[in-house]
Amino acid sequence: MSALIETTDLTKRYGAVTAVQDLDLQLKAGEVFGLLGPNGSGKTTTILMLLGLTEPTSGTARVMGLDPARKPLEVKRRVGYLPDSVGFYDELSGRENLAYVARLNGLRAREASPAIEQVLNRMGLGNDVGDRAVGAYSRGMRQRLGLAAILLKQVQIAILDEPTLGLDPEAAHEFLEMIRDLRAEGMVVMISSHLLHQVQAVCDRVGLFLKGKMVLEGTVEGLSESVLGGAFRIHVESRGQNVDAILRDVPSVAKVSAMGLNKYRLEAREDCRAAVSKRVIAAGAELLSLTLERPSLDEVYSRYFQEVRHDA
Amino acid sequence: MREGSPWTGLGAVVLKELADHLTSVRMRILEILMLLAALGAVYTATQEIRKTIGEDPFVFLKLFTTAQEPLPAFAAFLGFLIPLTAIALGFDAVNGEYNRRTMSLVLSQPIYRDALLLGKFLAGIGTIAITLTALWVLLTGLGLWFLGVAPSTEEVGRALLFLFATLAYAGVWLALAILFSAHFRQPATSALAALSVWLLFTVFWTIVTDLFAKGLYRADPNDPIAQLAQARIGLFVSRLSPNTLYAELLVAFLNPQVRSLGPILVTQLEGAVMGTPLPLFQSFLIAWPQIVALVGTVIALFIGAYVIFQRQEVRA
Repeated sequence: MSALIETTDLTKRYGAVTAVQDLDLQLKAGEVFGLLGPNGSGKTTTILMLLGLTEPTSGTARVMGLDPARKPLEVKRRVGYLPDSVGFYDELSGRENLAYVARLNGLRAREASPAIEQVLNRMGLGNDVGDRAVGAYSRGMRQRLGLAAILLKQVQIAILDEPTLGLDPEAAHEFLEMIRDLRAEGMVVMISSHLLHQVQAVCDRVGLFLKGKMVLEGTVEGLSESVLGGAFRIHVESRGQNVDAILRDVPSVAKVSAMGLNKYRLEAREDCRAAVSKRVIAAGAELLSLTLERPSLDEVYSRYFQEVRHDA
Repeated sequence: MREGSPWTGLGAVVLKELADHLTSVRMRILEILMLLAALGAVYTATQEIRKTIGEDPFVFLKLFTTAQEPLPAFAAFLGFLIPLTAIALGFDAVNGEYNRRTMSLVLSQPIYRDALLLGKFLAGIGTIAITLTALWVLLTGLGLWFLGVAPSTEEVGRALLFLFATLAYAGVWLALAILFSAHFRQPATSALAALSVWLLFTVFWTIVTDLFAKGLYRADPNDPIAQLAQARIGLFVSRLSPNTLYAELLVAFLNPQVRSLGPILVTQLEGAVMGTPLPLFQSFLIAWPQIVALVGTVIALFIGAYVIFQRQEVRA
């Protein structure tokens, strides 16, 4: 399967500032890709170039085989975009806003109206909610209306810019669930965000951006293995004599650090929870809890940039 | 370089903007103002015209131009209200979309920026056209009612030309307001800038004209050629204002007796029967340069707005 989105040496400069530098990116069908990094690292600029809304200084981009700089209309017809903190016409209702989007996409009112009902219902904005003026919508409702606008276009690719920014955890979780549903239906989703821990759960692959460059790319697990050195972190809570020494004796444990009363953190080369529990019990100590820490992108990110800074 | 029609989505933009304008409070207020102006002007005009009815073959056109103290004529009211209306409709056309954060939503749909900008302009002109036409029909109806005289074909033709001239004049201010709305990020700034230009031409332009004609060019009072040159300079400078162009168009269309919009030499009047009206087409020819100038200004301002808008980043 060829890539749906592909960029080669994509570069964008604003005067002396390089917003995006030599970006090579590939998105395949059926995956969720996370474009992650701090604000101002070139994520939105990359997206705008993919949509033909800004022209690259050099390099090429292809979206479903089309050049966005030359055929922006064709590209925008095939790609749904949810802008960073999307705005709608506040004085119009959600339904009217979608009707405008439908007309801009060349849909006739007769075809559009059942489609609008369908996407509104799906996003939980059906019936009277859809008739309310968007000015009265909460932030989460606006985001869902934005997603409804993408669904309305019936596209295969959706690009979401900071979709969970400003949402409360509940709404953010709900929104990410919706993205998961889209993926299950075979849609390719590209999410840009600086909230790494929030989106890492839905991304199949991520690219970490720093100052216009994609510095790391791969699966969350792959990245944590390469950056964090494949370390497994296990948290143990145990009461007894010399728990410290017992834990240190477990094969494959590299380091034990005390984290407070009866709490220890192990760094191991493999998931050795079974061995830990056996030894602790055998030594007559009480095992209160035992958890494996999931690698977090935040950690990968900060660890990586620590290293970069050390090298510099 | 780019492919696909720049008109894609134009209809959708025009319909949406037109609906917005026609239902906006802004437009309601202006409509009420214009209605009051029309009613007041027509009433006083008919009172005045009744005294002289039967003496003028173009009594209907007098409806637009007759004034009675303290109220100005309908045409003068329009000269005042049309720029305000056009500015009110255009001052937040582009920056409003940025401020509402709807620009990236709209531009990520399969349309070019061309369609958005042109759609906004056409919707503004359409709104003014609808309002003006309604007023025009109302005025004609009231004229029929009060005067009891039906307008002649020629009068209808002249009144329609007057309508067109007013639209072109509105186009200038609308295009200017849209240009400022593309240049300035704050709607308040762009509104103020457009109103300043309007004030400049409405209030201060006579001073500027005088400055150029009398201050910079001192004509010998005994030399008629020098005086003619001075008058021409004054006329040239004053015609840089769209207000002058519009006023001249009104004069040419609504006063059939007018044979020239500039100074006339005695030699040119040789053989002319004074006070006889010109045929419609001749009046049209007199006004042609002014029409071209007004429409040209609209196009130039729109191109300016287009260039500024095209160079802007989508991101606010």
